[in-house]
Amino acid sequence: MSVDRRSATTRLAINVVAWALALLWVLPLLYAVWTAIHPPLYAARFDLFAPLTLDNFVRVWNAAPFDRYFLNTIGLVVFVVIAQFVVCTMAAYAFAVYPFRGSEWLFMLFLIQLMVMPEVLLVRNYSTIASLGVMDTMLAIALPYLASAFGIFLFRQAFKSVPKELDEAARMEGAGPIQVLLRVYVPLARPTYLAYGLVMVAYHWNNFLWPLIVTNSVSTRPITVGLGIFSTVEQGIDWPTITAATLVSIGPLLVAFLLFQRQFVQSFMRSGIR
Amino acid sequence: MKVSRNLTYSMLLLLPAVVLLVAFTYYPTVATIIDSFFSTPRGRRPARFVGLANYETMLADPVFRKAIVNNMIYAAVIIPCSMGLALAMALLVNARIAGRGFVRLAYFTPTVLPMIAVANIWMFFYAPDYGLIDQVLGHFGRGGNNWLGNPDTALWAIIVITVWKCAGFFMIFYLAALQQIPPSLLEAAEMEGATYWQQLRRVILPLLMPTTLFISVNAVIEAFRLVDHIIAMTRGGPDNSTQLLLHYIYQVAFGFWDTAYAATLSVVLLAILALIALVQFGYADRRIFYR
Repeated sequence: MSVDRRSATTRLAINVVAWALALLWVLPLLYAVWTAIHPPLYAARFDLFAPLTLDNFVRVWNAAPFDRYFLNTIGLVVFVVIAQFVVCTMAAYAFAVYPFRGSEWLFMLFLIQLMVMPEVLLVRNYSTIASLGVMDTMLAIALPYLASAFGIFLFRQAFKSVPKELDEAARMEGAGPIQVLLRVYVPLARPTYLAYGLVMVAYHWNNFLWPLIVTNSVSTRPITVGLGIFSTVEQGIDWPTITAATLVSIGPLLVAFLLFQRQFVQSFMRSGIR
Repeated sequence: MKVSRNLTYSMLLLLPAVVLLVAFTYYPTVATIIDSFFSTPRGRRPARFVGLANYETMLADPVFRKAIVNNMIYAAVIIPCSMGLALAMALLVNARIAGRGFVRLAYFTPTVLPMIAVANIWMFFYAPDYGLIDQVLGHFGRGGNNWLGNPDTALWAIIVITVWKCAGFFMIFYLAALQQIPPSLLEAAEMEGATYWQQLRRVILPLLMPTTLFISVNAVIEAFRLVDHIIAMTRGGPDNSTQLLLHYIYQVAFGFWDTAYAATLSVVLLAILALIALVQFGYADRRIFYR
């Protein structure tokens, strides 16, 4: 961009602003890390030579079943993303390849869910889940999210950009509708699947309100709800413990994000270009 | 012949999505509206039709009014602030700066954190005496602030967190749009002697309009949907100063178990979202949906 050709002073100013903002942005996180890796005595005292410790993490790990919460979250996220892939792929395939009279209208009706997310209807959805008899199960957390209008929208978009000739060629060779879908459309839409999948992993790993309402046991609670309950019990008493618990619970996702940040960022970008 | 076969395939393929959407979007929407005209069933007393009584209660409810006003302030501050910051971040990261990867990472990281963890991190950051903010202020003899415990500052403290969380998310969309601007356009503007600010105003911002629209719709939705941190940090307090509509719905439904009143409040939220959708359809570039 043209900025690059501007004077050295301007360039320096841009750098300073960018870095100042970046440091400001990571400051709350760094402060939490600082507290978590020092003994409680140094919780809020800055001493570069304060002794480091992992005691806080050990204590947290032993105080609450975080390992079980992690398993719950991983199970939930894997299930949700796979189920969403299946449901949304089928619907998007119908809209993109087998349009019928009124299908555009039906598609618009689907898009209502972009606005009216499951959280908004939590009162009614709670009684639906109760009457289905699946309260306090992984299914209860997952069900309202499986038919994702956002996913259907993205996949339909991707399927529509597949050249018609490829579809026809496959059909000439005698492939049925499902084979065409699996051999032609899905492979060509791979970047969209990756993008949508990563966005959904982040969304459901972080989801809190709905799981909070429909779970009440250690064996189903995801990590966010587990952390919420842990910090309510400990609240205001012991900052090193709370910050350590928080870091434990964001650790895996944060590490995954740092390792795959290029894919993450590109996925978020891709899912936003509509 | 072909048409009817298309229809059969379509029906089969759409079946799971339709069943799920009916069960968890359309039916609950309609049921919520109906519930709002009935009383809450309690014990052996079934729900009975009460007309607009729930709505009358609502209009007379000071907490509801507080929640609406708070939500308006919340949305009115968060949307421009987070979008403005997001644009600035995108422009900064798009310029050739040193350590660009780290800077972009720093802006984006809050986006991948769960709101509940963000709440914990900031609760400590804000804590009286312990928190970094209060420590810094303490050096100037202005410590002892309970940002979240004071009704005058609590909502603003929450707003800061939400902006922190959302700006990096919106930045990504601006960044994607910026990278699609053909360099030739900017070169042409430069040849004509346009300054950077002129380029920004005349070339870049107009080209970012569709993105701005997309982000603003997202930002409005977030402003009404994001209450995890309220649950974790203030529970709407002190004195309802951080009460937001969805959080109030949650409290009424699962704290007081007054489902009919919660349904009435949900209707308001649905109406607000419907209004946003209408505005979007009115102004939106139609390509967003019809392409």
